[in-house]
Amino acid sequence: MIQFILNNKIVKTAANSGMTLLDFVRYQQRLTGTKIGCREGDCGACTVLVGTLENDTINYQSITSCISPLGNAHGKHIVTVEGTNLSKKLTAVQLAMKDNYATQCGFCTPGFVVALTGFALSNSEKNYNHALDAISGNICRCTGYKSIEKAAQHVCDKLGNTDENSFNWLIENEFFPEYFKDIPKRLKNLKAKAIQQPKGKYVAGGTDLYVQQADNLVDNAVHLITEKDALKGINTNNGICTIGTNSTVSDLWNHHEINHYFPNLKKHLKLVSSEQIRNMASFGGNLVNASPIGDMTIFFLALNSEITILNDNGTERHLALKNFYKDYKKFDLNEGELLKTIRFKLPTPHSFFNFEKVSKRTHLDIASVNSAILLSVENSMILEAHVSIGGVAAIPKYLHDTSRFLTGKPLTAETILEANEILQNEISPISDVRGSSDYKRLLARQLFFAHFTELFPKQFTLNDFVQHA
Amino acid sequence: MHKNKSNTILDFKKSQVETALKQSIKNLDSYTHLRGESLYVDDVNIRQGTFHAVVFDSPKAHGKIKHVDYSKAEALEGVERIFTYKDIPGKNQIGGIIPDEPLFAENEVHFCGMPIALIVAETEFIARQARELIKIEIEELPVITTAKQAKAKGSFINAPRTFSLGDTEKAFANCTYVFEGETFSNGQEHLYIEAQGAYAEPLENGNIKITSSTQGPTAVQKTVAQVLGVSMHKIEVDVTRLGGGFGGKEDQATPWAVMAALGTFHLNQSVKLILNRHDDLRMTGKRHPYESIYKIGLSKDLKILAYEAEFLQNSGAAADLSPAIAERTLFHATNSYFVPNVTTTVLSCKTNLPPNTAFRGFGGPQGMFVIESAIAKAAHEIGVPAQKIQEINLLQENDTFSYGQIAKQVEAKNTWDSAKSIYHIETLEKEVEDFNKNHQNFKKGIALMPICFGISFTNTPMNHARALVHIYLDGSVGISTAAVEMGQGVNTKIMQIAAQVFSIPIEKIKIETTNTTRVANTSPSAASSTADLNGKATLKACNALLDRLKKVASEDFNVSEEHIELKDEFVYVNNEKSDLSWTELISKTMLKRVALTENAHYATPEIHFDKSKEKGHPFAYHVYGTAIITTTVDCTRGTYEFDAVKIVHDYGKSMNKAIDLGQVEGALAQGIGWMTMEEIAYNDEGKLLSNALSTYKVPDIFSVPKTVETVPLETSGHKLAILKSKAVGEPPLMYGIGAYFAIQNALKAFNPNYKLKFHAPMTPEKVLMGLYES
Repeated sequence: MIQFILNNKIVKTAANSGMTLLDFVRYQQRLTGTKIGCREGDCGACTVLVGTLENDTINYQSITSCISPLGNAHGKHIVTVEGTNLSKKLTAVQLAMKDNYATQCGFCTPGFVVALTGFALSNSEKNYNHALDAISGNICRCTGYKSIEKAAQHVCDKLGNTDENSFNWLIENEFFPEYFKDIPKRLKNLKAKAIQQPKGKYVAGGTDLYVQQADNLVDNAVHLITEKDALKGINTNNGICTIGTNSTVSDLWNHHEINHYFPNLKKHLKLVSSEQIRNMASFGGNLVNASPIGDMTIFFLALNSEITILNDNGTERHLALKNFYKDYKKFDLNEGELLKTIRFKLPTPHSFFNFEKVSKRTHLDIASVNSAILLSVENSMILEAHVSIGGVAAIPKYLHDTSRFLTGKPLTAETILEANEILQNEISPISDVRGSSDYKRLLARQLFFAHFTELFPKQFTLNDFVQHA
Repeated sequence: MHKNKSNTILDFKKSQVETALKQSIKNLDSYTHLRGESLYVDDVNIRQGTFHAVVFDSPKAHGKIKHVDYSKAEALEGVERIFTYKDIPGKNQIGGIIPDEPLFAENEVHFCGMPIALIVAETEFIARQARELIKIEIEELPVITTAKQAKAKGSFINAPRTFSLGDTEKAFANCTYVFEGETFSNGQEHLYIEAQGAYAEPLENGNIKITSSTQGPTAVQKTVAQVLGVSMHKIEVDVTRLGGGFGGKEDQATPWAVMAALGTFHLNQSVKLILNRHDDLRMTGKRHPYESIYKIGLSKDLKILAYEAEFLQNSGAAADLSPAIAERTLFHATNSYFVPNVTTTVLSCKTNLPPNTAFRGFGGPQGMFVIESAIAKAAHEIGVPAQKIQEINLLQENDTFSYGQIAKQVEAKNTWDSAKSIYHIETLEKEVEDFNKNHQNFKKGIALMPICFGISFTNTPMNHARALVHIYLDGSVGISTAAVEMGQGVNTKIMQIAAQVFSIPIEKIKIETTNTTRVANTSPSAASSTADLNGKATLKACNALLDRLKKVASEDFNVSEEHIELKDEFVYVNNEKSDLSWTELISKTMLKRVALTENAHYATPEIHFDKSKEKGHPFAYHVYGTAIITTTVDCTRGTYEFDAVKIVHDYGKSMNKAIDLGQVEGALAQGIGWMTMEEIAYNDEGKLLSNALSTYKVPDIFSVPKTVETVPLETSGHKLAILKSKAVGEPPLMYGIGAYFAIQNALKAFNPNYKLKFHAPMTPEKVLMGLYES
């Protein structure tokens, strides 16, 4: 029995846990404010909030309910737009949208309202850029967004630039109704025991699986793994970072220490996906999806990560991520095995890490080419190099030859130009909807150069690598 | 000094705009939109026993159907029935302009996604599973995917059309400069966030009610009647609202409504058919791709003396609205320029793509892109900025369009000059120049884009509308028109008209759903004309009622009617407030047995067009404007951002500046999307590759211009515009064309070897390849 609080109501259902949360709220609960736009997590019209009890408080995150299995709502507070409504007036977020004419056809509107309400509830600093991040997964085809930007600004103004507004303050200021106050207590009392997971396809965040094969999942048994403790957590110890494969991109985004080690982390992760997707997408899922352009896979490949694989009999084995991928969508994982952790060495003062991605649309899009690099440089010598690149081969590619070549070389334009020649021999892009092979080759070169102009701006400019710059 | 003065003008304008926005009436629908309480087709309560339907469509772009095996699908538990062309009691025909499009394929398929059958089942999920079980054998025939291929094979929808003015041949002989070239602009997916859908319910006596997400309720009604072989009065079509239309639901909402109705007809049960996104993308047409060639001739002093163009429109597999769209390409082929000698020809090329259809601008943008390309090419070759050629040739009062209409109340130069002075173009240009001197990794580009767009359906008989206005006993008002609310704010505008005429608060007015039993024989909500046509009809109805009310009051006060006025819910006699309130006046009127209902008809006067001569006066008026677009190109990665778009737009006397501004900003983003990131891709077999939101990208919040400034041009408005407030839906989309040229200018600044290309959209791929071509 799946149990959770939906808006102000306790729901107990025997529905299939693989059913999408969207279908459940719209068609079984008749909460039609949650709209269907794409069923792929690409438009945000179905955004809902998921509140998770953490000690005595609740952490709310926005997700796209179209690619979220119902079972993942178990024990949570799910908030749809109806759940944010006050009885006879508009909430502060709704009013900001109305006053700035931020709705036209109205179909995407509930998604924006929920996402901005999630922003108000979040622990992040209440500034304009964070507000925009919160609605980065919401597509509006009518307004051109300028009016929505103004609404977001108004919401920020109302919230003040504080880190955290208390529930009481938010309720008093009409961000959502009174009943939110009792949700932590009610969730605790719900005492939702872990639901029995049947044998079936392992599903974590579901952000890739539900895009590719929703129909297979809703009708068949799925084994939800997001609540498995063994797969959770991000730990740093002795210069090693260990990430449980169930961790989401947002977990990394919010991790204070990791942000310290990777000062550009948020900039990189912002390119990966929208906030709604970052809140769901697990690293394990990204790795086993084995997409040749998996952003996080490219990220971890350049960190020269090692993965731990757990067998269902409890044994573990370890493997370098760069040796995990065999061929297109083929990888070294047997029946009953699960990815448990990803481990990599934390950067030292001599390390330089960069991630690049170019797609048709900069945000919330799949890369034409993406690439990451980790260099260890001392006295202008490259002591260690790891370069990865996506979108130019059948697998997310660790560039063995290029990395080897760079190691031990002086950090000069000549080295980089020569390394590009090797890189070009290591890749084999094909023409598809994300670009022609010629383009991907050129882009691979450019992103490789970009690593160096980004990491060593005083030493290199574009001019050092290309002709007529 | 000059700069300061100009900034003062801008600040002043900005503060005026701010004030106007604050004073604008809020969108009538925003309350329910924001609470998730607005009802779209998929939200309407469904009756018990409702069936759900899924369309089985052709996997091949062209071929003969040898065999279809439905047996396994039919045997699946929960499948009620599968309908094909054999189940059509009337005509298997949905083509509007030309009867060339079957509802279901019979013996041949003409595009991937062409409907072949309708699977009706207990749930959508079961219907979808059943679809997987259908086996089809198709003997493949040659596939045409581009307009050029179609032309080479002589594959056309109809005969070509040509507009001409003056004598181009003679004129070219006198030109100092003559340039020729070719252009391409790709299609565009509407991407209304609400996909296509309809819900059909059986009523008594075999009557059927259809709730449809359509811009054209009458088109749905008429086509359902035709396919079912019943009279139109048996079919009621109701439209609550649309989650976006943009032209995509003008003609192409029809098939889904017809299919749902067909299911209801046979099963005597409700049938719901909502396309999922993949089906919608695959089965529906888009903005037409155009392949064009042009020839432009200029005098020594840069006057365009002659212009020729041949437009190859990729119409897809059936006519749909293509002939009308092709016509509008010709109407707008010279944008806002006067060219004394013009010959333009358009060919609607029949291909094996889904029939392409209306999309905001309706062929106009495709025509304008070509002349802007020609001007850019000429400027580049002559070595002058394109702005110079644009400016010299702007349309002036009493100039003749190639279709014979004399330009009146022309604001081309006015918007151009205003944009230049208000936004201080010299400073903007200097900033770009300085930036480019000082930066190597990034380059900026700037472009100006003037627009001129004709308002009216170019098919003159379509320019009419009706309004049915009821004043109820208690003084509240209900209004039905043919207008479909799809985000453009037409409900709010119509409500404003009634509130103004009756001088009552907006809370007393309700805008009803669009329903064919209340307002019949309507034109679709399209051509930017919805508020004009339906607003004028509403105005007429309200004024007729007002006259009656005044008469009642005048009898009551024993004065003549001209001394009576209705103001703030009270009757004023000789400018003095009386005790007689609006509500009491309504009661009195009722007691006197005077009708409190009015049904008004409006047809745009003055317009006409003779297709045999291709001359006439097809437009009620034109809308003008000028945009200045600046972009920054990342020369390492080939990506770009838009720094700012600065617009002076001719709203006439806007009746709701906030709603109109929303139309400008939204259309601009859509236009920029069309010109930059939105890339439709079909393979050579006619299969759509950009078949999901993961592969077809529309602008998100980070990719729209950082700044959009819009200043209304102060004009007197036009008498044929509703309350002199000009139509605003489509024209601003064409500002987006400037984005292409701004990026191209940045490319030129980085790569001196770059050769101009006119091949839209300007994707990051094209930019990067251009940056590094030698």
